[in-house]
Amino acid sequence: MKVLAAMSGGVDSAVAAARAVEAGHDVVGVHLALSRMPGTLRTGSRGCCTIEDSNDAWRACDKLGIPFYVWDFSDRFKEDVVDDFISEYAAGRTPNPCMRCNEKIKFAALLEKALALGFDAVCTGHYAKVIRDADGNPELHRAADWAKDQSYVLGVLTHQQLEHCMFPLAETPSKAEVRAEAEARGLTVANKPDSHDICFIPDGDTRGWLAERIDMTPGQILDHEGNELGEHSGAHAFTVGQRRGLKLGRPAADGKPRFVLEIRPKDNKVIVGPEDLLTVDELRGIRISWAGVPIDEVESGAEFDCMVQVRAHGDPVNARAHLEAVPGEPSTLVARLPEGMRGVAPGQTMVIYQGTRVLGQATIDSARSTVWDPAKVG
Amino acid sequence: MNNSAVYLDHAATTTLNPVAQAAMLEEYAHTGNPSSLHGAGRRAHRVVDEARTTIAQTLSAHPSEVIFTSGGTESDNLALKGLYWSRRDADPSRRKILISGIEHHAILDTAEWLESHEGAELVWMPVEREGRLDVSAAAQLLEQHADELALATLMWANNEVGTIQPVAEFAALAAAHGVPVHTDAVQAYGAIPVDFAASGAATLAVSAHKIGGPVGIGALLVRRDVTLTPIQHGGGHERKMRSGTMNAVAAAGFAAAAHDAWQGLEEYSRTLVTLRDMAVERITEQIPEATLNGPADTGGCAQRLPGNLHFSFPGCEGDSLLFVLDMLGIASSTGSACTAGVPQPSHVLLAMGRDARQARSVQRFTLGHSTSAADIEALVKALPEAYQRAKKAGMAADQSSIHTAGTGFNR
Repeated sequence: MKVLAAMSGGVDSAVAAARAVEAGHDVVGVHLALSRMPGTLRTGSRGCCTIEDSNDAWRACDKLGIPFYVWDFSDRFKEDVVDDFISEYAAGRTPNPCMRCNEKIKFAALLEKALALGFDAVCTGHYAKVIRDADGNPELHRAADWAKDQSYVLGVLTHQQLEHCMFPLAETPSKAEVRAEAEARGLTVANKPDSHDICFIPDGDTRGWLAERIDMTPGQILDHEGNELGEHSGAHAFTVGQRRGLKLGRPAADGKPRFVLEIRPKDNKVIVGPEDLLTVDELRGIRISWAGVPIDEVESGAEFDCMVQVRAHGDPVNARAHLEAVPGEPSTLVARLPEGMRGVAPGQTMVIYQGTRVLGQATIDSARSTVWDPAKVG
Repeated sequence: MNNSAVYLDHAATTTLNPVAQAAMLEEYAHTGNPSSLHGAGRRAHRVVDEARTTIAQTLSAHPSEVIFTSGGTESDNLALKGLYWSRRDADPSRRKILISGIEHHAILDTAEWLESHEGAELVWMPVEREGRLDVSAAAQLLEQHADELALATLMWANNEVGTIQPVAEFAALAAAHGVPVHTDAVQAYGAIPVDFAASGAATLAVSAHKIGGPVGIGALLVRRDVTLTPIQHGGGHERKMRSGTMNAVAAAGFAAAAHDAWQGLEEYSRTLVTLRDMAVERITEQIPEATLNGPADTGGCAQRLPGNLHFSFPGCEGDSLLFVLDMLGIASSTGSACTAGVPQPSHVLLAMGRDARQARSVQRFTLGHSTSAADIEALVKALPEAYQRAKKAGMAADQSSIHTAGTGFNR
């Protein structure tokens, strides 16, 4: 196969490319330039798409004896990932930009270009597995190493996208093994620190970064019964489940800490309350996609058992889900959570699993609690 | 050459001329700082001096006008900063720089740095559709800003589209207002005759590795009546304009390559013109949508560099085409090597009135000593399919046809 290896400059994508070469594929390495200002240098484990990353990717390709190119997707990245991130926050939602990048850049813009240029697949260093069912259709599964598993951030991939994915790290028992393999192959990135945080916010200060881009106006902080507790300097600076930095002055009646329960960008209010009210028991998701051929219940609308995960490294919880169809409108994916789930914010992605298999995903539009009705706040 | 069977990127760098290699190997065997006063020093000094004389000869300049530098970029920096500081210090009202929009980054970025850090003001001269200076507009600007101009800068020939500029005509206009002109002749040198004395320029930049010499040495010609404020201070070498131990080895290689290029220039440019014209004819025959940027100058090299081919390939992105050709063993370029890596729309094409999309759909093929008719044939053979494939890859800004969660089946 002709394989395009997306090379971030990190150890995972370098080893993934090496394995693709070893498997006999015709591999070309490509580093994506996602920033219009590539002049920055890396500090610690933060930042991405720096000169050093591009150079590390080039050195890895040189070592593997494969061609290397830098492709510019900075305009697409700004539009589809960065601007989207800002507008989601401005609307009071909590997006996952890595998923958006997988959805729109790596496995869309890049894949599109790769296919047109004669490649068959895009190879990345993600820890996830693509296997084929009896009819040859692709299914997305968790990686062998659950601690490193990245199937969550790939949950947004569609059938067509999965047809052209290659994840050579799928069966690797641990990250340590990948590093050892890189070392043995003479790849200089063997001991390079893992990337953390959001690549386009190099100092990791998401709140500060957002504050420069979204108008912050002071507004009310209310408790879960609608009582005014104080003032905030801008609703976008808060996130559901947040405890620190509320600066309320006086303690709650029960003396227990208060948490952000809800952000209302429309009337610029932040609702806080006791920890137990963070628990929700129903998630409603929109913008649904299926990772491969949808299971039968999707067609019939019947309820099915599954697990729901709402964060890249969050624990999955049991759910009963079904598709709620309203003629002429996009469907809603409803997941009832008998054991509940804490701290869910609209905008987060719910990825649904059966066993190790990713069925699909939806963007959380609302999360409901049977113990607390937000309407009570008014 | 290198990993590419067909190397068509000689404007980026070209093969080291064996005579330059031999001259350097010879010189490597000797010790001596050209500034030292003993026998070994005098010997090294002689090598540099002879190199200076040879290089001056190839440019119709006086040996004392040759200032050795590390290459084209340093020469351009020294000329612009040196002229600006020297002229501004003599008269603080002279803060403007007259500049064309098609200059190399070594000029553009230096001028922009002077603007942001040293109080310079840039006055942009327009170019015509084929990339040639609009002389009447330039004359008007000279007239308008004369007393406030620190300097003017106009390249001898453009590195992307190969258009040769009316440097002597422009320098004469500037001279009437007492404005010194710098010219970047990096691409012209070794390809067409470059006569410093006749040009009327105050300073002129050249580089060794573009003409078969080593990377890491170049020269700035500085007319004897011109003073530059140095950027680099130290031992006062090179008329106190460029301190630093003189590199006798590189100077010897530079001079050997320069002499060889100068002697064979007429025949060489004639050969390249034949190959270039053949390529233009065959490419436009194979791909009717492809258009040559810059003047065609068929049969000649008074308007266009003999070894330059620069085409627009509508609907495809330059880096995709480069990729497909590279996979087929053909080395080309989307513009200058400096913008390679992260492709940006060419500022030269933008200055020539093309839009951002058109400025990204271009490919440059540059010929050199090793280029044969077979290389051109290989390019002509590969291009149609490469173009189709690159066109299919589309412009990166276009929407994807891949089914995603956003566009996919929202049941």
